[in-house]
Amino acid sequence: MSVIGMPVRRREDYRFITGQGTYTDDINRPGQVHAYILRSPHASARIAGIDTSAAATAPGVVAIYTGKDMAADGVGGLPCGWQIHSKDGSPMVEPPHPPLIVDRVRHVGDQVAAVIAETLAQARDAAELIQVDYVEEPAAIDPVAALKSGAPQVHGEAPGNLCYDWHLGDLAAVDAAFVKAARVIKLDLTNNRLVPNAMEPRAAIGEFDRATGEYTLYTTSQNPHVIRLLMGAFVLHIPEAKLRVVAPDVGGGFGSKIYHYAEEAIVTWAAGKLRRPVKWTAERSESFMTDAHGRDHVTHVELALDSDAKFLALKVSTVANMGAYLSTFATCIPTYLYGTLLAGTYTTPAIYVETKAVFTHTVPVDAYRGAGRPEATFLIERIVDLAADELGMDPAELRRRNFIAKDAYPYQTPVALQYDSGDYFTTLDLALKAANVQGFEARRREAAGRGKLRGLGIATYIEACGIAPSAVVGSLGARAGLFECAAVRVHPTGSVTVLTGSHSHGQGHETTFAQLVADGLGIPIESVEIVHGDSAKIPYGMGTYGSRSLAVGGTAIVKAMDKVIAKGRKIAAHLLEAAEADVEFKNGKFSVAGTDRSQTLAEVALTAYVPHNFPHDELEPGLDETAFYDPKNFTFPSGAHIAEVEIDPETGHVSVVNFTASDDFGRILNPMIVEGQVHGGLAQGIGQALLEGCVYDKETGQLLTGSYNDYTMPRADDLPSFKLSTNVTPCTHNPLGVKGCGEAGAIGAPAAITNALVDALKPLGIRHLDMPATPERLWRLIQQHRSPLAAE
Amino acid sequence: MPMEMTGEFRIPAPRQRVWEGLNDPEILKSSIPGCQTIEKVSDTEFMAKVLAQVGPVKANFAGKVKLSDLDPPQSYTIAGEGSGGVAGFAKGSAKVNLNEDGGATVLHYAVQAHVGGKLAQIGSRLIDSVARRMAENFFTRFVAAVAPEAAETPAAATAETEAVPSDRVAAQPPAPGAAPVASVGAQPNGVGLTEKKDVRLPPVLWVTGLAAVIGAMLYFFTGRRVTR
Repeated sequence: MSVIGMPVRRREDYRFITGQGTYTDDINRPGQVHAYILRSPHASARIAGIDTSAAATAPGVVAIYTGKDMAADGVGGLPCGWQIHSKDGSPMVEPPHPPLIVDRVRHVGDQVAAVIAETLAQARDAAELIQVDYVEEPAAIDPVAALKSGAPQVHGEAPGNLCYDWHLGDLAAVDAAFVKAARVIKLDLTNNRLVPNAMEPRAAIGEFDRATGEYTLYTTSQNPHVIRLLMGAFVLHIPEAKLRVVAPDVGGGFGSKIYHYAEEAIVTWAAGKLRRPVKWTAERSESFMTDAHGRDHVTHVELALDSDAKFLALKVSTVANMGAYLSTFATCIPTYLYGTLLAGTYTTPAIYVETKAVFTHTVPVDAYRGAGRPEATFLIERIVDLAADELGMDPAELRRRNFIAKDAYPYQTPVALQYDSGDYFTTLDLALKAANVQGFEARRREAAGRGKLRGLGIATYIEACGIAPSAVVGSLGARAGLFECAAVRVHPTGSVTVLTGSHSHGQGHETTFAQLVADGLGIPIESVEIVHGDSAKIPYGMGTYGSRSLAVGGTAIVKAMDKVIAKGRKIAAHLLEAAEADVEFKNGKFSVAGTDRSQTLAEVALTAYVPHNFPHDELEPGLDETAFYDPKNFTFPSGAHIAEVEIDPETGHVSVVNFTASDDFGRILNPMIVEGQVHGGLAQGIGQALLEGCVYDKETGQLLTGSYNDYTMPRADDLPSFKLSTNVTPCTHNPLGVKGCGEAGAIGAPAAITNALVDALKPLGIRHLDMPATPERLWRLIQQHRSPLAAE
Repeated sequence: MPMEMTGEFRIPAPRQRVWEGLNDPEILKSSIPGCQTIEKVSDTEFMAKVLAQVGPVKANFAGKVKLSDLDPPQSYTIAGEGSGGVAGFAKGSAKVNLNEDGGATVLHYAVQAHVGGKLAQIGSRLIDSVARRMAENFFTRFVAAVAPEAAETPAAATAETEAVPSDRVAAQPPAPGAAPVASVGAQPNGVGLTEKKDVRLPPVLWVTGLAAVIGAMLYFFTGRRVTR
């Protein structure tokens, strides 16, 4: 029986649950020393001097490095992987991004010096003795204020703090549509800045082997080969052949572990200088102030509708915070992963979006679960809901009226993407039914009887994932290909090792990919081993992000399996003395059609490795095939999420009483893992909507939400038991028909929750509220809007 | 993270005596909890070192304090900054006025302060209650030094920074000009340091001692164990 579609239990969980995982911090190398990074307490300051003399003689200190040491050694800056061009055709501004700062700090937490000592405690103690002469300067913190004239400048290279001023779409068509519109809806909104908060803080160990001249970096990365490429080629100038990057078990990433971080370069470089392994592990407070943050958009949006409530045009203007430096993929998030999604699930014929990316004296901002797509979905679904309200229409009906028709695929949007498949009507109907929307008004009345404000909110979404066709993204400024690589290695006695460039840090690849291979090769799942995360083992890899692992990485495995089967068929034809065309492969056996003569995969494999009776003229020995797969298009998961909330007007406290998610992820290999992904995404999406918000002091740039005292993560008791369902329209351009599910929850939930809150607050005349809808914010809003009479 | 605080404190001693006390390194040293050294660098500058201890955690802080706008014995402005090394920094200034009130002196102060780095990142919620505890300690000691006959039990002040019994942390409303010590207590909970709160905080210790104690608490919360 096929294991595809079965809820196979996660094979990796045994080692995680029993504490047997090997995370970077679990690794200790012989002779290892420890790095402590001295960080800036100021958001913006000139460095007049760094006196390390007292620290250098402190007990246990091996070395102290500053940016000058790294610069003198020719160490380069951390590169940005995507070049955006402004409206006028000019390339974005790319200021230097040295691993250790040289003469200026640009955010609280910026790396000032690295202290290397025999023990971590000694390194920390010595760091206390470093005297840094900071000359404090005004800081630009708020992204909108940072664009104004007279704002403090983050980089001399970027006048007005502007990184780029990008746009997409047909402005003339949009303007013409607004002129003839029957109705125009306008909204200003923010998409709140988030701290990623992976459970495992970042860590890195650099090592240098004097005998071979080879460097090894153990790091908490979602894409070790990408780190090898970036750090080797741009920062430390180490050829790939002399640099191994290992990303062992990684405890969550959510995007924050895609990027090449300064500490990786520091420990690797220092290991080469010192000829000793150098280890660094982030404290949780360092994670808060150095992991790339997410979101942080300020947006004005306008929607034009005709008299039949059909969308005519959408016009969007966004200010996106880049932080102090360009993180690895920061620049593509508020552009090609955002503007291209603004059609959503709708037929809006004309769309125009412009994004100003701004430098501020804050931690760099980059992809965080969903990356651009939650921002796009939030604004679309907010303004559609607002339109429904202003038109007095049922929000589900307004959406249906504007959905892309079931028979319209492939559907070309006005913002570059072409959707291959989908069915938004069925997905929405599934959700409406599961959420019992019909019975909502009765529930609202019942809640009102208890003094609670109850609201229901719908959000649909589309996501572009399975990232990405290399030629397409290359034409848009990507400086990397986004294919994936896999090797399927059939061993002599028939067990199989799969080497995949996708990295698993919670996604369950060791299970899903094994299901895929067990099914494809007709062997027990126990015979399949999935190996990932080591550039010395895996031929190549672009890593895990953008819900690409199954759609791109899984397809690469399928392609490699196809090659194994093709070669196996030739070997089997030889052994069975049959024509290759007559040999078919099914359920792990090569058989001659119409006969009972067959060879198992294991028999064929043994022949391949013990090639005594083997077609040597035609074939090489061995059964080990590698494939690279470059996707033909993005995949387009979609869904409808429905939130039902109750607000206590006396306290502002929100209870999410129901949450229904109906998603189309294409074909599903392991429904249990898919559910887990949806649960996690929903928790993060609900967290963004209700609890999470990164706050900097707007004057000084101090990080005010720098610990779990002040940054609220969702907990189990903040969440209801989710009602999940799926509607399957297979992806048309990958052989698995899969679309990806990793980010969906975080994309749909913020808009669904906010729409539900606004629905609950409508009787008070509230038309919008920004996230996170904390009890304090809601309570104040309710107090402001309560009429004096009603308050009695 | 900017903060503003204003308040006043009634000291049962003549104004001249209070003024002298505020300018006397020895009295300040004995009044600031954990103060190891305080040096008068010039007529208007002090350097202070404070060893702060919270539970098992110790940390050294160094700070400098500068006086200006001197109008003895009526008023002055005090500005300073304290560096806690990797814990971050605290800096601020305060306008201090001494007004005679019968035989006693009412000390008014208006503090503007900033903390940065880890102090702001992790310590912001602790600052308010820590400041209040330290204020109580400071005034108990200061009154003992400048008006020994009016002091209650000066010896009690050796308990350093953990001295406040929980029953004192009652939510009494601040009463300007009320007797010292009695109404000093932590805010009930969750009230952030926003603005214009009547905190009984002597500015001299704000810049050094407060930084020290918060730094020490930070280290405690971030798992640091300093042994020296």
